[in-house]
Amino acid sequence: MSLSQAELAVERADSGEETGGSLLGEAWKRLRRNPVAIIGAVLILLFVLVAIFAPLLAPFSPTERVGQTTPTSIPGPTAEHLLGLDDLGRDELSRVIYGARQSLIVGVVSLILGATGGILLGLLAGAFGGWVDNLVMRIVDIMLSVPGLLFAIAVAAALGQSLTSVMIAIAVVNIPIFARLLRGQMLAQRDSDYALAARSLGVRHRDIVLKHVLPNSVSPVIVQGTLTLATAIIDAAALSFLGLGGADPSVPEWGRMLADTQRYLAVAPQLAVFPGLAIVFSALGFTLLGESLREAIDPKYRR
Amino acid sequence: MLRFVVRRLLLLVPILFGLSVLLFIWVRALPGGPAVALLGERATPEQIARIESLYGLDRPLYEQYFSFVRRAAQLDFGASIRTNQPVIDEIQRRFPATIELSVAAMIFAVGIGIPLGYFAARRYGTWLDNLSVSGSLLGITIPVFFLAFILKYIFAVKLGVLPTSGRQDVRLIVDHPTNFYVLDGLVTGNWNAAWDALQHLILPAIALGTIPLAIIVRITRASVLDVVHEDYVRTAEAKGLVKGTITRRHVLRNAMLPVATIIGLQTGLLLSGAILTETVFAFPGVGSFVFGAISFRDYAVLQGFILFIAVIYVLVNLVVDISYGLIDPRVRVR
Repeated sequence: MSLSQAELAVERADSGEETGGSLLGEAWKRLRRNPVAIIGAVLILLFVLVAIFAPLLAPFSPTERVGQTTPTSIPGPTAEHLLGLDDLGRDELSRVIYGARQSLIVGVVSLILGATGGILLGLLAGAFGGWVDNLVMRIVDIMLSVPGLLFAIAVAAALGQSLTSVMIAIAVVNIPIFARLLRGQMLAQRDSDYALAARSLGVRHRDIVLKHVLPNSVSPVIVQGTLTLATAIIDAAALSFLGLGGADPSVPEWGRMLADTQRYLAVAPQLAVFPGLAIVFSALGFTLLGESLREAIDPKYRR
Repeated sequence: MLRFVVRRLLLLVPILFGLSVLLFIWVRALPGGPAVALLGERATPEQIARIESLYGLDRPLYEQYFSFVRRAAQLDFGASIRTNQPVIDEIQRRFPATIELSVAAMIFAVGIGIPLGYFAARRYGTWLDNLSVSGSLLGITIPVFFLAFILKYIFAVKLGVLPTSGRQDVRLIVDHPTNFYVLDGLVTGNWNAAWDALQHLILPAIALGTIPLAIIVRITRASVLDVVHEDYVRTAEAKGLVKGTITRRHVLRNAMLPVATIIGLQTGLLLSGAILTETVFAFPGVGSFVFGAISFRDYAVLQGFILFIAVIYVLVNLVVDISYGLIDPRVRVR
């Protein structure tokens, strides 16, 4: 329980906005009773801890040769190397552990950049309406008219090979998603009875937007943020798989590890399985928590 | 209806305009500037000078933009650095393969997804429901290329029941009147070739179709659950209609509306998923060509493909919207 408690606290701190305590308090109660949410939170916690304490957990250096391999013989799991060696004789377990770092950094930074950009745009559109809204939404439409992965490929290719490019590329893809979501929420809230009540009491437009409409619009953004972390991890792996990852090929990234072992699929299939499972479990953690969060916050999803 | 279609078509104008501006800026933001980016790093000064005068890179920006749009409208995306072939030829040669793969993936996703989602909703809370919900969560989190690896290893490398790569066994001598290989086999009466092409499609189609499958299961399930609680379904039950008739006329017809939208959206997204799937299975479609273009920094190809795929994506969404207007009259007056 305390694990997921910490998780939600992190969630809240990450999203960084104040919300009415009662709504989230209620949601929190429901969340705590949901086994799916607990599983998700445990997976996330595991992933975050592995990423942070990688130097302590990894038995070997992730970049140095520690054993002998040839293209036809790549040793599998042994007592010394729990996940075996990779094609260049490096310890696979240590590489998978260090890979968590790259995934976590890319996921969190691209989420913060993308969500901030999207929230600002959505706020602009939702708060001002009129031609501002029209302009912002047309820009969002244009950005959404290119399939996400292709868009990320284009941005990453233009920025050159580095982890920063990957983060920016994934962030840019997420901007229109957050913008459209927040704007839609704000429009729905703006026409609600309590906003009308506030307006008829003579509350200023700015105060209605900032004190009433915005706080009530953020829950779906928090949910989207959690789910975005999952897609960011998968997209980062996809970019790295396609050769658009970090500049240094010896730094372990799960996507590139998969790509590099393509040639040895018949000899050492385990080299594809371990980084692949690492991607699945970390993404699954955020998906499970995000889905349960959505259920807990939005009564529409409860039955 | 006509007004709805015209209005929807007019919405295309700003999107296509924005898209072209975006791509125009993109080429100019590439490392080394547009001429070097489009010619490759080993370009000679003469080549650069030729490209600069051809694309008018010394003229004002708005003129450059108009000539870019004019060329794009004539489907002239320049030539690949790698093959020296016009990009449009490459697209024409490879696009049928990707369409064939996408159609196969969609048949897989829809054929399994709608029945599974429907039965999960009708047996709400049972093991079938739980299995399909957790299965679809796993389906959206498993990376396409990882799933492709697993399928390839189990069914092609280990069991050897399906081919590992390509579209057709190279030893087969086949005519290709349409370039859709399964269809080619059927049209020319070469059953062997059709069967062989189909076998080459199975694994890539499953890998590519899994995300749409997961999403279709979820949407179908949610939508059927919504509809069965509607008043009109209760009314139909109350007046004693046969269960099959209620299912066909009232539940399915209404529940399929959101599913239809999702199928359309996913069809567009398959084009980017194809980049990963085709790479793993060395499937000679547009996707694997994009992968090659990324590793060679072949920006002319990338530019052509991004524009091409984006336009297809926009058009697919247009068709979805318009057909949605046909199915559901409420959409037209919005």
